[in-house]
Amino acid sequence: MDNVKIVLPEIENLRDIDVYIKNNGYERAKKALGMAKDDIIDIVKKSGLRGRGGAAFSTGLKWSFMPKSDDKPKYLAINGDESEPGSFKDRQIFEDNPHQLIEGILIACYAIGAKSAYVYIRGEYHNWIVMLQKALDDAYDRGFVGEKMKKTFATEFACDIYLHKGAGAYICGEESSLMNSLEGKRGYPRVKPPFPAQKGLWGNPTTINNVETITNVPIIIEKGWEWFSSIGAPKHPGTILYGISGHVNKPGVYELPSGVLLTELIHDVAGGVPGNKKIKCVIPGGSSMPPLRGDSLEGIRMDADSLREAGSAIGTAGVMVMDEDTNLLKVLARISKFYHHESCGQCTPCREGTGWMLKTLNRIIEGKATSNDLDLLIDVAKNIEGNTICALGDAAAWPVKFMIDRFRDEFEKYVFKEVQMPAKNKVHSMRNTAHPLADISRI
Amino acid sequence: MAFTFTEENLQRIEKARAKYPTNLAAVMDTVYIAQEQNGWLSDEAMSEIARVLEIDKVEVLGVVTFYTMYHKKPMGKHHIQVCTNVSCMLRGGYELWDAVKDKLHLDNMGVSEDGKFSLEEVECMGACGYAPMIAVNNDYYENLTKEKVLEILDTLENG
Repeated sequence: MDNVKIVLPEIENLRDIDVYIKNNGYERAKKALGMAKDDIIDIVKKSGLRGRGGAAFSTGLKWSFMPKSDDKPKYLAINGDESEPGSFKDRQIFEDNPHQLIEGILIACYAIGAKSAYVYIRGEYHNWIVMLQKALDDAYDRGFVGEKMKKTFATEFACDIYLHKGAGAYICGEESSLMNSLEGKRGYPRVKPPFPAQKGLWGNPTTINNVETITNVPIIIEKGWEWFSSIGAPKHPGTILYGISGHVNKPGVYELPSGVLLTELIHDVAGGVPGNKKIKCVIPGGSSMPPLRGDSLEGIRMDADSLREAGSAIGTAGVMVMDEDTNLLKVLARISKFYHHESCGQCTPCREGTGWMLKTLNRIIEGKATSNDLDLLIDVAKNIEGNTICALGDAAAWPVKFMIDRFRDEFEKYVFKEVQMPAKNKVHSMRNTAHPLADISRI
Repeated sequence: MAFTFTEENLQRIEKARAKYPTNLAAVMDTVYIAQEQNGWLSDEAMSEIARVLEIDKVEVLGVVTFYTMYHKKPMGKHHIQVCTNVSCMLRGGYELWDAVKDKLHLDNMGVSEDGKFSLEEVECMGACGYAPMIAVNNDYYENLTKEKVLEILDTLENG
């Protein structure tokens, strides 16, 4: 079972439509289009497939939220914005297996009753958009997509697929922001409820799924939910595209069953840490997820539930590894710079708080901070968390809150123990006797 | 300077419009087409986008200023983007950034006098497993070292 591949099978040139067809391609769509819609949703539900874009929500359940009536147009939006630092898996699908994504979209559209699907891809992936467009053009030419599919699949159903190119905004990976961007607006997140299934694109029922999630669907239809649900962690089954980066010998994207040991992933799959150094910190699911201490990785498995128990989250399964020589203060400041840059500015706690956290971290780097600043950072983080329209606030708060909490010993090294008074007001008794400059010089 | 779309680009805009139920939704594609033709998004270009799509100019302006890949000023022929986010940073992203800055004598969002190069420090480009990386216009260069990056710049300089 260990080498089962669902999303990225090891078939040479699978991106070519002829090779894809030879390997059972578009046969699953044919099978699905002959089934009842509710049966497909039921199969996907029973398979246990959970979203691969971060929240790990049940895909079948999400589909079931779509209204059954046809009085309004319904839409499917595929999230290929992939901007979470540490995530680089979806581009592998665009590059190596675009037709399985297209086939998954056809099945999903049929199941939820959508006549149009939009694949939202980040603008930086221009060359991958070209690759997917080529695959889509080929699929149209062969009559697998659009009006012609009625004849090809001998069915009443037809749908169109369009690509939408983003233009550099992390926030557009948030589903409601993605919808605003698709509508040609600034990518501001919307208040929920109403949820997309009630009121999504252009006010109509919409389902948003991640690229990797949808690419799983054709194989679930082909091999059945029992088969799929028997792979990997029982509550979060299937394979996952793990993207491993940072201090490992063989970084890259690896498809493995869910629930593999994090240590196995780092040491066996990704070839371990260069120079056999110790690991100081691992962020297991992209930069928004709470970081884990390198000395507490034993036994942690890569699935939603195990990681939650371990005090983190699966996110996009983008694993960032940092060795013992890494300066976590600088890493955290860089993460905070990112969220400050990407905050859309709609909600005050996030717009202001991300800037305050960055300023405070920079003050620590400059050697002008005290222990109080560490508490201040945690306080600001806690005031952002849960107080914003979308999850970017939490994404900005968690790394700060958890990294300082879990690596307090390291952060204490960079700050003065007590308040430093300006020189002219200096009260002798308040000064530190042990000057921490020696530590600061290491920053 | 006056800006009008070429005949070919007007056809591309029509194709973009056909993808969506509203004209507004085609604005992002249309802005890209204008940027490709004009190099950047001048006031005149934004007016023309609004006219062609029959939308308010403020909608165009709102979109152009929100997204980082739309250029609000003329950029270099080779727009060099260096990623310094965590995965790149851990593998030398800032060394690349410093090397490129020194070599081109440019700061973030700077443009060289001859218009050949511009420089931008970018957020994660989704190449974390192949870090550190730079992008030149739309093309990714991955698994780089300082030496390799200088070589790329030399090739572009002489090309």
